[in-house]
Amino acid sequence: MTNQLLTGPTHPTVAPGLDMPGSATTSDPARTADRIVGLRCRHCGRPEQLGPNYVCAACFGPLEVAYDLDTVRGQFDRATIAARPAGIWRYLELLPLAAPPGRGLAVGSTPLIAADRLGPTLGIDRLWLKDDTRNPTLSFKDRAVAVAAARAVEFGMTALACASTGNLAGATAAAAAAIGLPAYVFVPADLEPAKIDHALAYGATVIPVDGTYDDVNRLCLEVADELGWGFVNINLRPFYAEGSKTIAFEIAEALGWRLPDVVVAPIASGALFTKLAKGFDQLAQVGLIERTPVRFVGGQAQGCAPVATAFAAGTDTIEPVRLPDTIVRSLAIGNPADGRYSVELARSSGGSIESIPDAATADAIRRVATLEGIYPETAGGVTLAAAEAARQRGVIGPGDEVVALLTGNGLKTPDAVGFGIETNPARPGRPGLAPVIPARFAAFEGWLAS
Amino acid sequence: MSIVRIPPVLRAATGGQKQVEVAGTTIREVIAALVTVYPALTAQLLAGDGDLNRFVNVFLNDTDVRHLNALDTPVAPRDTVLLLPAMAGGSETDGDLLFGCSCGTDGGPCSCPGRVAVH
Repeated sequence: MTNQLLTGPTHPTVAPGLDMPGSATTSDPARTADRIVGLRCRHCGRPEQLGPNYVCAACFGPLEVAYDLDTVRGQFDRATIAARPAGIWRYLELLPLAAPPGRGLAVGSTPLIAADRLGPTLGIDRLWLKDDTRNPTLSFKDRAVAVAAARAVEFGMTALACASTGNLAGATAAAAAAIGLPAYVFVPADLEPAKIDHALAYGATVIPVDGTYDDVNRLCLEVADELGWGFVNINLRPFYAEGSKTIAFEIAEALGWRLPDVVVAPIASGALFTKLAKGFDQLAQVGLIERTPVRFVGGQAQGCAPVATAFAAGTDTIEPVRLPDTIVRSLAIGNPADGRYSVELARSSGGSIESIPDAATADAIRRVATLEGIYPETAGGVTLAAAEAARQRGVIGPGDEVVALLTGNGLKTPDAVGFGIETNPARPGRPGLAPVIPARFAAFEGWLAS
Repeated sequence: MSIVRIPPVLRAATGGQKQVEVAGTTIREVIAALVTVYPALTAQLLAGDGDLNRFVNVFLNDTDVRHLNALDTPVAPRDTVLLLPAMAGGSETDGDLLFGCSCGTDGGPCSCPGRVAVH
C-alpha cells in the first residue's frame, strides 16, 4: 500500500440540498420517500409511523428506521453517487430523509488515510485511518446530528437538545445554529472545559448536571418526554443513529466499493459500532458492494468498560458501571444502550472488544500524532490501542486490511496527550517543551548544547 | 405507598396518569402491584418468565436498581420508583448473514448462538 490519502469529492459551495433528488431544484420527492417504510420495533417488529418516537408502545423495545431496500436498489448506483457533491447526503437513498435539508453543515466525506508509519508499530501491515476529526465540529457526531436535526425541522420541533459526553454537545449546538433553532445541551458538570466552551460558542444553553453521563441521560429521558424538545439522541434517536452509517458508506466507497477485513471503532453507547455493520449490510443488499466477511473490533476505556467486560465473560448481559473512572470522557457511558448488540456483533463477526488502560490510550494518541500528523481525542487513542490489542491476541492477522476510526479531534481533550508521561528529574518540565530562554542567540546556543 | 412515575409511552395503560401510588416493600412487589392494578402494563414491563423486560430500566429515587439489589431492592413508603426505556438503537440487519462467523459459517444461516443478531 503506498502512502495515499483517499479523499472524496469536494463539498458543495451552495446549500447542501441543491441538485439532489427531492430537493428544491429537482422534482419527484415522492419517489425517494417510497423507500422509507416507517419505524419498526427492533424487538417485536411492530410498525410505527415516522415521528419523534423511540420506544415501541407494545413491548418497550427500541425503534429503528425501516427501508424498502428493493426500492432503493432501483434508484441508487455507483455512478449516481460519484456524480454527487461531497458530504453525507450523497448516500441519501440509505438515509431516513426524503430529501437533503435546505440548510445544514458540510458534514462527511472525510479522508481515509494510509497509516504506513503507525501501522507497523501496532503490528498491522495495512492500516487505514478514517479521519473523522475533520468534521465541522471536529467529531463524527456531526453525521448523526445532521440527520436528526433535519428530521427535527420536518417534525416542527422548537429546539434541539442532547445529553452529551462532550462531542455531541458541540455538534448539536452547531447544527442548531445552522438551522436557526435554540439548543439545550445537558452535560456532566465535570466535563472537559474545552467541550463546554465549544458548545457555548455556537450560542447553546449548556446545563451542567451534577452526576455521571448516565445521570444526565436519565434526566434527559424525562425532559424529552415532557417538553417535546428534539433530543437528538433520545426522541430522535432512530434517525440520529442512521447518520453513523455514512462512515461505513464512505469507507466502502473510498476503498473502491469493497470492504476491509477488520474495522476498529470506539464503543460508548455502541450505536456507532453497530451501525457500521448495518451500513455495510445495506450496501450489499442494494448491490453496491460484494458481501465479504468483516470482523468488528471495539475499544472501551478500562475505567468504564461494561461492554468489553461482557464480551470477555462470554455473556451478552451488560452490567452497568456506576462510577466511570477514566480520562476517556467521550466513552464514559456506564449503561450503554447498544451494549448488548455490540457484544453480539463483535462475537459473531469473529472480532473482539478490548479494554484499554488510560496510559495505553495516551500513548496511542502520541504515536498517531507523531507518526501520522493526526491528533485524535481520547476515543481515537482507545481505538488504536484496541487495534494493537486485537492484533496481539490474533483477532487481527498478518496481512489483514484494517480500518480504524478516529472519531474526534485531540484539541477537545488537550490534557490527555501528556497523561502518564514520566518526567526526567534531570530535565524537569514537559518533554519537548524547552524552558523559556532570553531572546538572544547565545541563550539559544546554550540551551541547544545543554 | 410508593410513588411510581409513568413515562408517556406507558400512560395509555394507566389512563393517562403520570404517576400512581402502589404498595410494596421491594421493587419486585411494587412492579407486581402495578401490573395488578394496570394489567395492560404487563406486556411492556415483564418478560415471559416474569422477570423484567430487558428494555425497561427501573430507578429508585434516581438510582438504577441494578446498582442496588435489583428487583429485591427494598422500597420504603414515599420512595419514588421511575420506569424508563433502555433506549437501545438496535443493530439488526434486514437481510442475509453478511459477515463471516468465527464458527466457520460464511454468509449463510448459522446455528452459532452469537450469530443471531446479524442474521
